[in-house]
Amino acid sequence: MTETLVEVDDLKVHFPIKRGVFLDRVVGHVKAVDGVDLRINKGETYGLVGESGCGKSTLGRALLQLTPPTGGRVNFDGTELTTLPAKQLRSMRRRMQMIFQDPMSSLDPRQNVESILTEGLQAHGLGGDRTERRKIIAKSLDAVGLPQWALSRYPHEFSGGQRQRIGIARAVVLNPDLIVADEPVSALDVSIQAQVINLLEDLQEELGLTYLVIAHDLAVVKHISDTVGVMYLGALVEEASSDDLYRQPLHPYTRALMSAVPVPDPEIEDRRERILLAGDLPSPANPPTGCRFHTRCPWAQPTRCRDERPGLRIIGTGTHRVACHWAEQIESGEIRSHAVKAELIADGAGARDAHGALETALETPGGPVV
Amino acid sequence: MPLLDVKDLSVTFARRGQRTVRAVDGVSFSVEAGEVVGLVGESGCGKSVTSLALMGLLPKQRGVTIGGSAMFGDTDLLKTDERTMRDIRGRDVAMIFQDPLSSLNPVIPIGIQVTEVLTRHRGLTGAKATAEATDLLNRVGIPDPTRRLKEYPHQLSGGMRQRALIAMAVACAPKLLIADEPTTALDVTIQAQILELLRGLVRDSGTALVMITHDLGVVAGMCDTVNVLYAGRVVESARRKPLFADPRHPYTTGLLGSVPRLDAGKGERLHAIRGSVRDVLPWPDGCAFAPRCDRRVDACVGEPPALVEGVHRHAYRCVNPESRTVEVPS
Repeated sequence: MTETLVEVDDLKVHFPIKRGVFLDRVVGHVKAVDGVDLRINKGETYGLVGESGCGKSTLGRALLQLTPPTGGRVNFDGTELTTLPAKQLRSMRRRMQMIFQDPMSSLDPRQNVESILTEGLQAHGLGGDRTERRKIIAKSLDAVGLPQWALSRYPHEFSGGQRQRIGIARAVVLNPDLIVADEPVSALDVSIQAQVINLLEDLQEELGLTYLVIAHDLAVVKHISDTVGVMYLGALVEEASSDDLYRQPLHPYTRALMSAVPVPDPEIEDRRERILLAGDLPSPANPPTGCRFHTRCPWAQPTRCRDERPGLRIIGTGTHRVACHWAEQIESGEIRSHAVKAELIADGAGARDAHGALETALETPGGPVV
Repeated sequence: MPLLDVKDLSVTFARRGQRTVRAVDGVSFSVEAGEVVGLVGESGCGKSVTSLALMGLLPKQRGVTIGGSAMFGDTDLLKTDERTMRDIRGRDVAMIFQDPLSSLNPVIPIGIQVTEVLTRHRGLTGAKATAEATDLLNRVGIPDPTRRLKEYPHQLSGGMRQRALIAMAVACAPKLLIADEPTTALDVTIQAQILELLRGLVRDSGTALVMITHDLGVVAGMCDTVNVLYAGRVVESARRKPLFADPRHPYTTGLLGSVPRLDAGKGERLHAIRGSVRDVLPWPDGCAFAPRCDRRVDACVGEPPALVEGVHRHAYRCVNPESRTVEVPS
């Protein structure tokens, strides 16, 4: 039986929208994360995928208590993080580290690599004396594939891929249990991306790390993860093992997302079905009622979709969870896809306007994706 | 005769006290009417500098040297004067940039920016121009175009801004459209919308498209001919299907092996290319990829590898190319 390391229950992060100069009136909330449940097993990788603005980064930060959650619980290896006193939370942080997207802005340009790597050890009172500490640092540099002369260099002297390695070394030097990697490769070139992905996989094997990988690139997430969660407007819409998700995506949004990812193979590209979503992501300040995807969903039905918010439910056997009222009927072909009119999305207010709408028809409705 | 014939394009940037940078080093390719040509490569390979040189957008100042030729009909885009270039730019050759927010003027409404092109090149003014602009926005799939024309770039979403930019680019039905990473700043579902729009424009209007991208997936789905660039040189060029089915240059195979694929099984390791382009600056005289290449032989160092012409216009610059039939010597 696999052990659960992180348990997230009904996590909510709402940011207030304020108006006015002197009196900050709260006029509404951006529901960046609105009720997410997930489990991350020890030694496994959980991939969180979604487009910009879906709340995936906020969820990662709230999980580490870097952004205080508005509601819900986060349980890390038996300890409740949301109610943990600040001092204990701080010592707990050694066990949960983060890797950021842009290594240039997440590394202090005036600190050399040695100082960057020592800081965490000192903050947690680890590593004993200087020579001992040097040994630990040398080991972590080695683990991420950087030469020892890197210690005296500064971040600007490295290429993007090497900088990301420094960021990874900073996380692993503390010997953590969980690493939250927020878009770890999206700022890198393709050939460098592959190096960093391979490195993350090697480190997991060597050190028994657990990852939460947050990315917008479904192919990257699928490659690296055991379990994948798909987010849309602050909530998970589907969760499954990465093979299941690819073989049998059940939520219409997952299907659309998958069909939108270009595959570097002309044979596949020529015969694949494309599900084009109409319009843009609605504003999270004023999300659609009912199922949040119904405004863009090619399979939306007149009943339930508009007024009843679907929760995640298990479909089939095992762990495949999906938040769609009609997942079975769509899968069996009972419900066919239809054209969707793009809706105008005004700034912030999320006002809707239907005239002059664009019709986006599907090339071949129904059928398997890809 | 091809629509655009680029021969031996080279661009160098020199600065006093610093070594000269050869950003583009002898790039040749041609574009037929109605064809989609891809320029693929990673950052620093010279793909954007190539497009700026073709559009005459590189700064004309000391230190910037442009060589070679780019014949567009009877005009050489690299040597023509600024006046003629202004007539060509936007009318015959148009460009779409990567970041729509920084290539639109933030303090001018979309409508004025779109009609500017129509007034300059097609002489449309007033109500006629507005009507045409509305029609253009409609064609690129912007809902409620009359309202959108009065709005400013920041009021549009990223996808809408890119659509507006495309509307401006196709306003004069150009013969050639250069798209520099048109979807890199966008989300995948929006990227799919924009690529579909570009596909439709090419199909319906017969516009030739030069697609500059780092994404091999985008190339696989769009381009007729593909040129792979590395360190300012075209290292491989082929029709789309042969390139993906039988890549010859080790850099091309390396790139293909580096991309995580949606249809690959879990646990398949990526074949990363070691090192990075920046490791060996200035790039060596021989094959610039040699320091990162697993198939390097002695002949790689010294002089640049010649272009080997294979069957069906499949050309590559490699002395020890990959081959599907011959086993890789260890």
